[in-house]
Amino acid sequence: MRWLAFAPLLIAAVIGGFFLWGLDPDRDPNAIPSVLISQPAPAFDLEAVAGLDMPGLERADLVGNEGPVIVNVFASWCVPCRAEHAVLTSLVEQEGQTLFGINYKDKPEDAVRWLNELGNSYARIGSDLSGRAGIEWGISGVPETFIVAPDGTVLYRYVGPVVGDDAVQTFRAALRDAEDWQPEAGT
Amino acid sequence: MTPEIGHFALALALALALIQSILPILGAARNDVVWMKSAVWTSVAQTVFVGIAFAALMTAFVTSDFTVLNVIENSHSLKPLLFKISGTWGSHEGSLLLWVLILAVFGALVALLGNNIAEGTKARTLSVQAWISVGFLSFMLFTSNPFDRVFPPPLDGQDLNPLLQDVGLAMHPPLLYLGYVGFSIVFSFAVAALIEGRVDAAWARWVRPWALAAWVFLTAGIALGSWWAYYELGWGGWWFWDPVENVSFMPWLMGTALLHSAIVTEKRGAFKSWTILLAILTFSLSLLGTFIVRSGLLTSVHAFAVDPERGFYILGLLAVSIGGSFALYAWRAPSMEGGGLFKPVSREAGLLVNNLILATATGIVLFGTLYPLFYEALNDGQKLSVGPPFFNAGFIPVILPLVFMMGLGPFLSWKRANVGTVAARLKWVAVLSVGFGLVLWYLVRGGPILGYLSLMLAAWLLFATLREWALRIRLFEESFRVTMRRARNLPRASWGMTIAHGGLAIAIFGFVGSSVWKSEQILFVSPGTEISIAGFDVTFTGAEQIRGPNYVAERGTLSVRRNGEDLGFLYPERRYYPVADSSTTESSIRSTVAGDLYASLAQPASENVEGANVWTLRILYEPLVMLIWIGSSLLVLGGTISLTDRRLRVGAPRRTAASQPAPLPIAGE
Repeated sequence: MRWLAFAPLLIAAVIGGFFLWGLDPDRDPNAIPSVLISQPAPAFDLEAVAGLDMPGLERADLVGNEGPVIVNVFASWCVPCRAEHAVLTSLVEQEGQTLFGINYKDKPEDAVRWLNELGNSYARIGSDLSGRAGIEWGISGVPETFIVAPDGTVLYRYVGPVVGDDAVQTFRAALRDAEDWQPEAGT
Repeated sequence: MTPEIGHFALALALALALIQSILPILGAARNDVVWMKSAVWTSVAQTVFVGIAFAALMTAFVTSDFTVLNVIENSHSLKPLLFKISGTWGSHEGSLLLWVLILAVFGALVALLGNNIAEGTKARTLSVQAWISVGFLSFMLFTSNPFDRVFPPPLDGQDLNPLLQDVGLAMHPPLLYLGYVGFSIVFSFAVAALIEGRVDAAWARWVRPWALAAWVFLTAGIALGSWWAYYELGWGGWWFWDPVENVSFMPWLMGTALLHSAIVTEKRGAFKSWTILLAILTFSLSLLGTFIVRSGLLTSVHAFAVDPERGFYILGLLAVSIGGSFALYAWRAPSMEGGGLFKPVSREAGLLVNNLILATATGIVLFGTLYPLFYEALNDGQKLSVGPPFFNAGFIPVILPLVFMMGLGPFLSWKRANVGTVAARLKWVAVLSVGFGLVLWYLVRGGPILGYLSLMLAAWLLFATLREWALRIRLFEESFRVTMRRARNLPRASWGMTIAHGGLAIAIFGFVGSSVWKSEQILFVSPGTEISIAGFDVTFTGAEQIRGPNYVAERGTLSVRRNGEDLGFLYPERRYYPVADSSTTESSIRSTVAGDLYASLAQPASENVEGANVWTLRILYEPLVMLIWIGSSLLVLGGTISLTDRRLRVGAPRRTAASQPAPLPIAGE
């Protein structure tokens, strides 16, 4: 009985320890790790957006670039994408990043109108009318943004619009890490 | 000016709480009556000042004072008045203020109404209550001040989350908090008893009405929340085993165990340390709920905005309050047992089994709720989620034997029950409920065996409860007049038990019927689409745009027929709130006792569907779901009636002394 009386205290202490660990400010309980991270980018082959003077996008385009590339999944019907567009444009124009687009489940004429209105800083855009490439990339919504290494390895995934100071800083940090990234020997 | 008054009042309340946390308990140790009595005026004054703060915040919301950050973030000038008022407790800061207000009110009620409680116990209890107040008031003042100002003020606010703009949800938090925080007083009583080192029947009698009142509020709060989820979220379910639902359910389970264990302590002087432990556990689990909702520890639809600093502060509060009380328990409890011998077949043993089952069930819910966190910590950040399959597989088989015990328990006498007598009295109940199960199985096919078994046990509980009541009033054994007189003279507590146990049986019919025999269809509809579900013929006739005070909505019209007979229309809505930029579904439900026909509307999920006149419709038929709400209401009613029992009136004179002045009423009357 004497020792049993300590059981609640011990159990509470153990649970408390887990709580303390769980409060780590760097831990985001909503973050869903992508199974794609550190894996080769999925195979896909997308046609150009009809009516847009810009080539389509396929798996091979992601490989052999000078630095890491940004792959952004967007659509004209997606309101947050509109806000994110300015951030991505500044990454391209001011920092010289390479930006590829996957135009997700979007009518080509809507996409063309949207890009004409907001400007187009994408190097290539593939039209994913069926959403098939979206499934290959495992996206949970639009927008999502990936960073891919020159050898085609997916390094980073950002779910939701890269908008606001925190998001942009997080994304920039991921880009810097990607620039320093070296493929492991033997892979 | 008003917000500053509120802020200042909070600071004064903290000062009073600090005095109350020291002076009365010192007085109890030194046997100084003046110091002990000081708890009465400090707790009343504390309530007044927290009340002023609450009124100040509510004024800021009602007048749409957009210089206050909290009002900007949670209100809008166009919002209906009711939701301006409920916005007061819609945010983290505001709900915390409500929390502290209820804490203070319960303290003041004990101070004012607990005239018969021994002076020392009362002083210690109120001091412990003030420790909790100090913790939460300082938490508010240092990390979550609801009165922070903004300059320059914006023209209008950002609106309360539209999901929360609902009558059911306006009432849900206050009720839930009355339950959660109501258990604080039970906790304070328990800690005071541990400090004093004495628990007796009188102590149990003082505690029980407070535990019962808190339990009634918590039951009502959970039921209301569940009802809200049912018609507002548009998923057609009433319980999702979401972490935040679970953290409200665990104190309920423990509180239920506490109510029953306290009876044994009161009547037989047994289970003393167990009752104390349950009192501590119940409030600890309430605190755990507060912590989980506000720390962002787990993912949930209910979580408030996340702030690690707040999380650390509450964890500190938890460590002190829960850790401290458990340490005190480990030190003091072993010397407290004794008294009340009983045989393996007796009321005591029945209640012990009830307590063990409830504790096990709580353990399962706690483990399932926290398992994602444990897993993530031990597996280097990998995640998983624990959903309904775990809880259904773990919780239901554990809780079903409890339903059986609930039927049996009231037939067992204290100390030693006669097995033969009990069996004879329950013979026909057993035959009837097994017969009910078989007939059900014959008539309604296609359910799992557990479904039939659950309904059979629910029938057992209902019949056994009625049988016990019939025995007590000698129904059909004596003349009608005698029976009526016996029914009138039946103690309120036993009326309460009969109604609450019967209510649970009825609710179980609803739980099982609506989950096991539910039919559901999700489909694309355009005007003219015909759907047949569970014998209903439903036609979608179209959708139109309508405009509400602070939203626009698309409203679909469905005509409902059964066997050619017109049954009217369903109007599910999808509302868009421009200011908060979010949408809600307003499902439309045709409710009868037999079952609910439930429709909710969403826009086409896929962009591939051409044409604007195509909608995603979710339509369900859930049998018996109304019995859940009827059963929950009976639980609340039973608890309330039991609360008015003379035995529970704190220090009521004996029944014979009717000529004495009426005793002071307690909460709930």
